[in-house]
Amino acid sequence: MRATVPAAAGTAGEPAASGSRRLTDRVFRIRESGIIAVLVVFVAVTASIQPRFLSSGNIQFILVNTTVFALLALAETMVVVSRNVDLSIGSVLGLSAYVSAGLFGQVPGISIPVVFLTGLGIGLACGAANGLMVSIGRVPSLVVTLATLYIVRGIDILVVGGNEVIAQTLPDGFTQIPRAGLGGVPYLAIVIAAVIGAGAYYLRSFRSGRELYAIGSNPDAARLAGISVGRRVFTAFTVSGAIAGVAGVLWAAQYQTIDSTAGTGYELQVIAAVVVGGVAIFGGSGSAVGAAVGALLLQTISSALNVLGIPPLWIQAIAGLLLLLAITLDRAISVRLLTSLRVRSSGVGT
Amino acid sequence: MAPDVTARRWLSAAARWETGLAVLLLLIVVLGAAASPQFLTTSNLFNLLVTSGEVAIMALPMTLIIISGEIDLSVASILGMSSALLGYLWSIHWPMLAIFAVLVLLGAVAGLVNGLLVTRLGLPSLAVTIGTLALYRGIALMILGPKTISNFPAPYNTIGVIAVPHTDIPWSMAIFVVLAVISGVVLHATATGRSLYAMGASPEAALFSGIRVKRIKTILFVVSGVVCSLAGVLWTFRLATAVQNNGLGLELNVVAVVLLAGVSIFGGKGSIGGVVLAVLAFAGLANALLLTNFNQEATGIVFGAVLLISVFAPNAGALWARLGRLRKHQRPVRPARQ
Amino acid sequence: MTPAAAPVLSLRHAAKSFGAVQAVADGSLELSAGEVHALVGENGAGKSTLVKMLAGLHRPDAGELLVDGKPVALPSPAAAQAAGIAVIYQEPTLFPDLTVAENIFMGRQPLLPGRRIDRRLMRAQSAALFGRLGVPLDPGRICRGLSIADQQLAEIAKALSRDARVIVMDEPTAALSAAEVARLFEVVRTLRAAGAAVLFISHRLEEVFEICQRVTVMRDGRQVLSSELAGLTADDLVRAMVGRQMPERTAGERSEPGELVLRVERLTREGVFTGISLAVRAGEIVALAGLVGSGRTEVARAVFGIDRYDAGTVAVSGRQLRKASPSAAMAAGVGYVPADRRQQGLVMDMSVQQNVALASLAGLRRAGLVRSAAERAFAADWAQRLRLKYGRLTDPVSLLSGGNQQKVVLAKWLGRRPALLIVDEPTRGIDIATKAEVHQLLVQLAQQGVAILMISSELPEVLHIGDRILVMREGRLTAEYSHREASEEKIMAAATGQLAVQAP
Repeated sequence: MRATVPAAAGTAGEPAASGSRRLTDRVFRIRESGIIAVLVVFVAVTASIQPRFLSSGNIQFILVNTTVFALLALAETMVVVSRNVDLSIGSVLGLSAYVSAGLFGQVPGISIPVVFLTGLGIGLACGAANGLMVSIGRVPSLVVTLATLYIVRGIDILVVGGNEVIAQTLPDGFTQIPRAGLGGVPYLAIVIAAVIGAGAYYLRSFRSGRELYAIGSNPDAARLAGISVGRRVFTAFTVSGAIAGVAGVLWAAQYQTIDSTAGTGYELQVIAAVVVGGVAIFGGSGSAVGAAVGALLLQTISSALNVLGIPPLWIQAIAGLLLLLAITLDRAISVRLLTSLRVRSSGVGT
Repeated sequence: MAPDVTARRWLSAAARWETGLAVLLLLIVVLGAAASPQFLTTSNLFNLLVTSGEVAIMALPMTLIIISGEIDLSVASILGMSSALLGYLWSIHWPMLAIFAVLVLLGAVAGLVNGLLVTRLGLPSLAVTIGTLALYRGIALMILGPKTISNFPAPYNTIGVIAVPHTDIPWSMAIFVVLAVISGVVLHATATGRSLYAMGASPEAALFSGIRVKRIKTILFVVSGVVCSLAGVLWTFRLATAVQNNGLGLELNVVAVVLLAGVSIFGGKGSIGGVVLAVLAFAGLANALLLTNFNQEATGIVFGAVLLISVFAPNAGALWARLGRLRKHQRPVRPARQ
Repeated sequence: MTPAAAPVLSLRHAAKSFGAVQAVADGSLELSAGEVHALVGENGAGKSTLVKMLAGLHRPDAGELLVDGKPVALPSPAAAQAAGIAVIYQEPTLFPDLTVAENIFMGRQPLLPGRRIDRRLMRAQSAALFGRLGVPLDPGRICRGLSIADQQLAEIAKALSRDARVIVMDEPTAALSAAEVARLFEVVRTLRAAGAAVLFISHRLEEVFEICQRVTVMRDGRQVLSSELAGLTADDLVRAMVGRQMPERTAGERSEPGELVLRVERLTREGVFTGISLAVRAGEIVALAGLVGSGRTEVARAVFGIDRYDAGTVAVSGRQLRKASPSAAMAAGVGYVPADRRQQGLVMDMSVQQNVALASLAGLRRAGLVRSAAERAFAADWAQRLRLKYGRLTDPVSLLSGGNQQKVVLAKWLGRRPALLIVDEPTRGIDIATKAEVHQLLVQLAQQGVAILMISSELPEVLHIGDRILVMREGRLTAEYSHREASEEKIMAAATGQLAVQAP
């Protein structure tokens, strides 16, 4: 009998406190590592069917395509953990991509860092506008960023006015940014990984980072605890916007042809990656690393379906199905966690 | 009994949003008429109504869903899926009536999947319907691929451009009016409607009052699916084109209309009257911008701004006070750091 | 008063109005170091408003607040904390996704060089705080799923970590079991010994006499009594609170139970409760006693169809109920007044009238449409029968006092003329006068032939109106007593397991 339920029997025998610690820790590690495991299994299965999947060219392709996506996932994570959402990042990315890359054509010889700063500035401005309206206006972020999604895209369309940035106007040093690399691993991917790592570390180990989780976990309690909720939320949106601005410049370097539709509809894909990565859609839990891996997983899936010779027309449907599966799986894990905590809690009362 | 002053005041508070919307609508009409003599012509108004028919229709079930505390972001993908299937089945020579039957079923199944994932598995609808948004659009792509089907016969391909006999009302608007009346009665005058407000305002209290929360929500998603499928038919016939990306991104327009209508994104508040006014305001605005040669693609700026003004204007006083306080205490008091 | 005993905190002639409602007219309070000070009064007497002034949530319109003899203003919760005041609410507001240690140190985490959080030190300091309080709570555990008692302990640890000198406890015992109350009182004594001033708010006067040294009584927003507790009796306090003599209880004759209404057989939900068999007859009040967490509420939820169960049956009036369907239970004549009034009993945004009618809309329809005149008449009728105090039926129910809110929940279910009424903690957190009314109402209902299953953590209440008393412990029924043979000692023994396996 005991052998059939080793986990339950094992924890029941341990002293209550350490048993619970070990149990919750374990499940939490699963929440993080679960998505990594899914990624590994998925890669292994795909590679065993089609070894070409692990060619350096394909890996590079996946990584390059993931960079911008994962960067935006970091931005969205900061906002989502605080029980908000930023729907405007696709539009901000589009505006930043066009305006910054357009500088190469308008200002001959402009230096690449200035172009990046321009993108950053555009993103900062948009993010700060969102942040101000959400924190001082106390309007739900879904409403505010839905409005700015339209407004920023509209501004983009007016600025572009039927033109587009074409590859020929971009200097080689710029277009090589996503491509330069070491043995198939682009430098850019390494830099982005470091940025995401830093972001995750900030959210985990700095007061202001923890306060974002506190706000998302219980906004009223956060106010009672003396956390300046408005200021934290404002900062989260500003940083999110700034990251989207920089992501726009990288997008331009990668795709090179930019019209007024760049990044349209990207916001929902990014939110999907964040949710798949285990960030609770209503705030309070989840990590930036998880979200970035979520982005990598979604990108890997679409690439794998390609490599496996799945008809290209099926790919989006299958990706959608996998997305639903990932959400369901995450829910199943957190329900199990809650149940285990409740059983533990009722055991202590006696 | 003494006149119920507070009740009236409360009623007027509830009606204030609708009053504001009515003023906005009036403003749009006046400005539109001033900007262009064409604005108030019958043919222009007809055009104005036709082009916003599908969004208007989809906004109705969305209103009920948001009031009940959920959201459905897959509406435009269901529209696209329906349009794609319509095109495909017509291209392999199915009779139109059979196609309609299949499309109703398609919408119902699509909505049912949303509803079951939300109610039976307890997943947040925001996440679920982002997933089905991708899935349903993917299915549309599978059905039709890159093809474009446009050889629809006479009675159908004109439905988007002709009026209901003896009137100047386009078919899609007539359908909207009928659905709006039904939704209004259900929401404001039936026990089910009351239940929707209750479960949006307090899901647990609704459950403890014996309201069949799961069943009602599932039915709402199914209804939304069917209505969106119907909107897909209208869209296809109006543009006389079935293509997989029909209505791409329209979900956010629908949500924006519903929010402009004063429906709380957190559930429990809103009215169908507000939705009707918001639909007309959006339609009027789009049309006025069209006549003034504003860049058509960029009208989003104006929509977004109107949406922002609509959420900020009713709270302008409180907002001003908060700004004042913020200026006074540049730094909020914080416990000393260690 | 000698200058040596200068109060740590004194609030003088504070006033606060909300619109036309004067919540506090003349509130005064003096707390000294090393004392536990009781604040009592009926609901609506202004206690909560007073607490919110101390918490920095409400600004008084008039009056002054002195801390250590110096006037202070508390414009925000942060200012109150900085002044050394900590408030422990009845249901603490923690961050459910974060660990206990993070909850304690949020915003004040110990830092490593580079302003990074020192997690190890934070955890060690938390463990040390719990050591001082003498409670084994794991600092590394996330707060979701903690019992209310443990959440309060986390809040107290937070107050300790801030070196708070004034600790306000707003009805901390309302949701606690007897064992948890005993543990809390140990902690309060520890705090007092360490020189803290504790303001203790409770409706349970026996607790006031057990733990407090001084008392302040409020009535209608004014301080009506402030004195040493020694020499006072519970009756004195009640008289001061109510301003009149309490009516004697009119429990009425115990009628002979009628037909079997509820029959629960071997009901089991794995890990929650096991093998529950019980019966309730028409005209009978069956009290379900036991500690919080013993599975009483869970059994009620399963009977009413909120939760699923794994085995067993529930039958009402001879017909077996479908699992997990509140609407089926309601159709069979079951009503359920849940323990959490604000979350489960009422839709706080809706009006009094809409809440009363919420469970009865099916009967107020013509041709599928709800007739608002009928709804209004229905609500007015029940409001009058239960002597509900309200402004207008269209006012949001959130404007009513706790006791009147509970009456709305009762009206909601009585309006369905239930055969079986399940009431879960029917008088939790409501004032003494309304409490007596609720008791009287339950007895009357039983006399009219309604079967009543009452869950209660208050033993006097259980003994007072229960015809039969069932006791649960760790998910099982452990004892059954008739009204005559029951006593507090027997019930506590069965609830805590000291009864062992003796046959009753």
